[in-house]
Amino acid sequence: MFVARSIAADHKDLIHDVSFDFHGRRMATCSSDQSVKVWDKSESGDWHCTASWKTHSGSVWRVTWAHPEFGQVLASCSFDRTAAVWEEIVGESNDKLRGQSHWVKRTTLVDSRTSVTDVKFAPKHMGLMLATCSADGIVRIYEAPDVMNLSQWSLQHEISCKLSCSCISWNPSSSRAHSPMIAVGSDDSSPNAMAKVQIFEYNENTRKYAKAETLMTVTDPVHDIAFAPNLGRSFHILAIATKDVRIFTLKPVRKELTSSGGPTKFEIHIVAQFDNHNSQVWRVSWNITGTVLASSGDDGCVRLWKANYMDNWKCTGILKGNGSPVNGTSQLGNSNPSLSSNTPNLQNSLHGSSAGRYFFPPLDSPRAGSRWSSCAQLLPPPAPLVEHSCDADSANLQYPHPRRGDRSRPLNPLPENEGV
Amino acid sequence: MEELDCEPAITWIPGVNSKKKQMCFDWGPGEMLLCETSFSKKVDTSEKVPSCPFIYIVRKDVDVYSQILRKLFNESHGIFIGLQRIEEELTGKSRKAQLVRVSKNYRSVIRACMEEMHQVAIAAKDPASGRQFSSQVSILSAMELIWNLCEILFIEVAPAGPLLLHLLDWVRLHVCEVDSLSADVLGSENPSKHESFWNLVTVLVLQGRLDEARQMLSKEADANPSCASMCRILGDLMRTMPILSPGNTQTLTELELKWQHWREECERHLQDSTFAASPRLEALCKIMLGDEATLLEHKELLSNWYHFLVTRLLYSNPTVKPIDLHFYAQSSLDMFLGGESSPEPLDNILMAAFEFDIHQVIKECSIALSNWWFVAHLTDLLDHCRLLQSHNLYFGSNMREFLLLEYASGLFAHHSLWQLGVDYFDYCPELGRVSLELHIERIPLNTEQKALKVLRICEQRQMTEQVRSICKILAMKAVRNNRLGSALSWSIRAKDAAFATLVSDRFLRDYCERGCFSDLDLIDNLGPAMMLSDRLTFLGKYREFHRLYGEKRFADAASLLLSLMTSQIAPRSFWMTLLTDALPLLEQKQVIFSSEQTYELMRCLEDLASGRPGCGELDAQRLQDDDIETTKVEMLRLALARNLARAIIREGSLEGS
Repeated sequence: MFVARSIAADHKDLIHDVSFDFHGRRMATCSSDQSVKVWDKSESGDWHCTASWKTHSGSVWRVTWAHPEFGQVLASCSFDRTAAVWEEIVGESNDKLRGQSHWVKRTTLVDSRTSVTDVKFAPKHMGLMLATCSADGIVRIYEAPDVMNLSQWSLQHEISCKLSCSCISWNPSSSRAHSPMIAVGSDDSSPNAMAKVQIFEYNENTRKYAKAETLMTVTDPVHDIAFAPNLGRSFHILAIATKDVRIFTLKPVRKELTSSGGPTKFEIHIVAQFDNHNSQVWRVSWNITGTVLASSGDDGCVRLWKANYMDNWKCTGILKGNGSPVNGTSQLGNSNPSLSSNTPNLQNSLHGSSAGRYFFPPLDSPRAGSRWSSCAQLLPPPAPLVEHSCDADSANLQYPHPRRGDRSRPLNPLPENEGV
Repeated sequence: MEELDCEPAITWIPGVNSKKKQMCFDWGPGEMLLCETSFSKKVDTSEKVPSCPFIYIVRKDVDVYSQILRKLFNESHGIFIGLQRIEEELTGKSRKAQLVRVSKNYRSVIRACMEEMHQVAIAAKDPASGRQFSSQVSILSAMELIWNLCEILFIEVAPAGPLLLHLLDWVRLHVCEVDSLSADVLGSENPSKHESFWNLVTVLVLQGRLDEARQMLSKEADANPSCASMCRILGDLMRTMPILSPGNTQTLTELELKWQHWREECERHLQDSTFAASPRLEALCKIMLGDEATLLEHKELLSNWYHFLVTRLLYSNPTVKPIDLHFYAQSSLDMFLGGESSPEPLDNILMAAFEFDIHQVIKECSIALSNWWFVAHLTDLLDHCRLLQSHNLYFGSNMREFLLLEYASGLFAHHSLWQLGVDYFDYCPELGRVSLELHIERIPLNTEQKALKVLRICEQRQMTEQVRSICKILAMKAVRNNRLGSALSWSIRAKDAAFATLVSDRFLRDYCERGCFSDLDLIDNLGPAMMLSDRLTFLGKYREFHRLYGEKRFADAASLLLSLMTSQIAPRSFWMTLLTDALPLLEQKQVIFSSEQTYELMRCLEDLASGRPGCGELDAQRLQDDDIETTKVEMLRLALARNLARAIIREGSLEGS
């Protein structure tokens, strides 16, 4: 892995979530500054902020893109107890000339009485649906029956989880053999330990979600949860961020062995468990083919996990902050991708890799007539090469924002760091 | 196979302080987003302001983005495809010959790339990028070195005798300073007085290039008559050294016998102190006897242990058997390093090859090299040599697929190389298709051309769901930009009835507002696609009515118009428009609607006006509310009544006649 580019985010407070769109050509960021920003990648590969607007009256926890089959649609959720759906409007206005796009709020989902902690669109084969979960322990599933009219969302299901919810994940499988399924994690830290991960499955007959499984072994607060892309498997893979990273497989028990009509039962196995983050793990997420899991933890690192061809899971990469302060000028230089692309970087390997390791003994001084003598140094240590792309108005890369002491959040008298 | 334990690679993110903060991230199709955040809700208020206000784009395979390596990827792709199509029936010699040819092709691509990289490195203006290119050159050089050895040992499977010839070629190809040295010396005024003269002669002997060495010696003899006879004797020894030549029919035993004889002669000269007067000539003679101590005195000229190994074998055991190689290799490595330094990754890879441990070679390579290109292609080739199965490892062919999938996924991160990746996925029987499905639908569809390319790939592979999804995305994009024609054709291609209905409605709405149709070409040529949705059928038929009317085929136009209502294809909301369209036909001089048709029209009008239950109250409401509509209805009633009268008279008179 190598850092190909850095972009001045220009948020006035902590960024809580970053999200790529389906094709990786747009991204959205959300922040405690109550705004969402959308960024677009130009043909030349530069990123430009094309929209930035106030979305909520509290910290925005998560932002996520709907599948492009439904147009350009975002959902956000916030401490202000709401989730919102946003749609980009194509207009001939001046916005376009200025390279800006316009996003309108299509709906505000106000059913929660507490902070909405996660929002996820359902897999596209289910139509335009989204699920939210909130600190009051309820998962809500909404549907937009008319994809051309996103102002109408109906609350289809309310699933009570009995525990403050922190995260949800839809099972992405589109196989007919698998009913719609959603996993819910809880970060409830009250002493009466209960299982923190529940899995709900849609029942065609009752048209309701019913609890299919509870992962009894996960009793510590869960911060994130992610089903892996299915790849045509008969079983499911679920990653959980708790005090460590855990990967479970869920094998459906054949229907005829269970009582008919009830929810599917699963054989649950833990296939990997890693405590390399030393303390809490906050995020887990699969790459698009489900071959690599990334996790982010209290050690300040993002770790990459991959199973080799013998199904052994190993850490294959670490992304770690180098702790050095951002120096505005020194990073502006290199904008030539072909140069940075030649930074030899030993990132890839069968089982892991070793950046900066010498493959051959370094060549002290080039010998006369030595063309590419194989005893030449094969790999110099990689130097971090960073391209900066920034808009003209944010050319000053050094801490452009004055600190803001207190912010008023009219809707929420509660301070965010207490008991939500 | 035991695991190789190595520390995972660390990628440093500038500006982020991992001691105090955490990182949030997201996966994209080819890249990853990273950003500093703080997950813990108990944030120290003084830390609220982001200390690292940057978002980072992190990429996986650095080599994918290199302009020069692109050629490597492009050209090896063709070789790879050719290899997959090699006739399975081909067996024995012809198959082997073909596989060796494929291997050589791969190597020549590496070499071409290396040459180009070398030129770029020389031309590089700033030293830093020059160094980067040079290091790429040495990586490519190492790849070729390893590949060449694997070719000799695993693909060529050279037997005792030819084996050493191959290894000699291998060493000569990769320790090539001697050529420039030779040019240097021969180009000088007085070669035998050149400071590197003896180095050159020695290197030539070390590489077994005895003819050239002999020519050098004759120059020395000319310049220095005192040692002319010694030079002649040594030259004769060089000339008479028995060597297995490819065309020769002599057996290995014959060769060994001759060689033994020759060697005794060399030894005799040494014992007789023939060369005592010239230590340099004596050293050469010792080299030719394979004297290890003398060889090791020339470490600098040998430059590495595998050169030492090959020279040592040439002069001590020229008919070495493949099975004994690893013994000589190990001892050569130990002797050469002499405990002063430890083996480097390249040494381990070559050693694994000499031990015929293919899996170890692949494993070590994938750890040491910065891209998947090498291991993926080499493993695939070895798999085609049926070497992986013969090792009786249950995951043998999975390893091939595992590596090919990694390589192909890396290609998909690139905006144009992804097209090569498609074919690699095609040749991964287990997970290739599903991986391709997941990757291809993420290709950004910036241009119509690119979209069509992606669609063609999906259609060729019957990836119906991806085709549908891509068309749907494009249809949605077109609708949002108000390009209705494009939206309609994409939804037809997606076979998305609901969306086709939606777009058809937009067309009809536009028609009602503007009185004309856009995208006539498309609507006129719908053909069977018209059947996708009722509304689309109606749109097509309604447009056909307009065409008939324009061509003054009034009778056909009239019956089509009527049938649109009676067959319920036309949405009721559109009936008023249709009836209004009937007005000019009713007002024509000649009678167009028959009495029967007129009755039907009247029924339709009254149906609509009375707002039958279930037919939509809105229409009735509108009819009542809207004065214009009321006037329209009255006009229609009048026109229908007049037409009915004319039709009855005409039909009566026709029947009467």
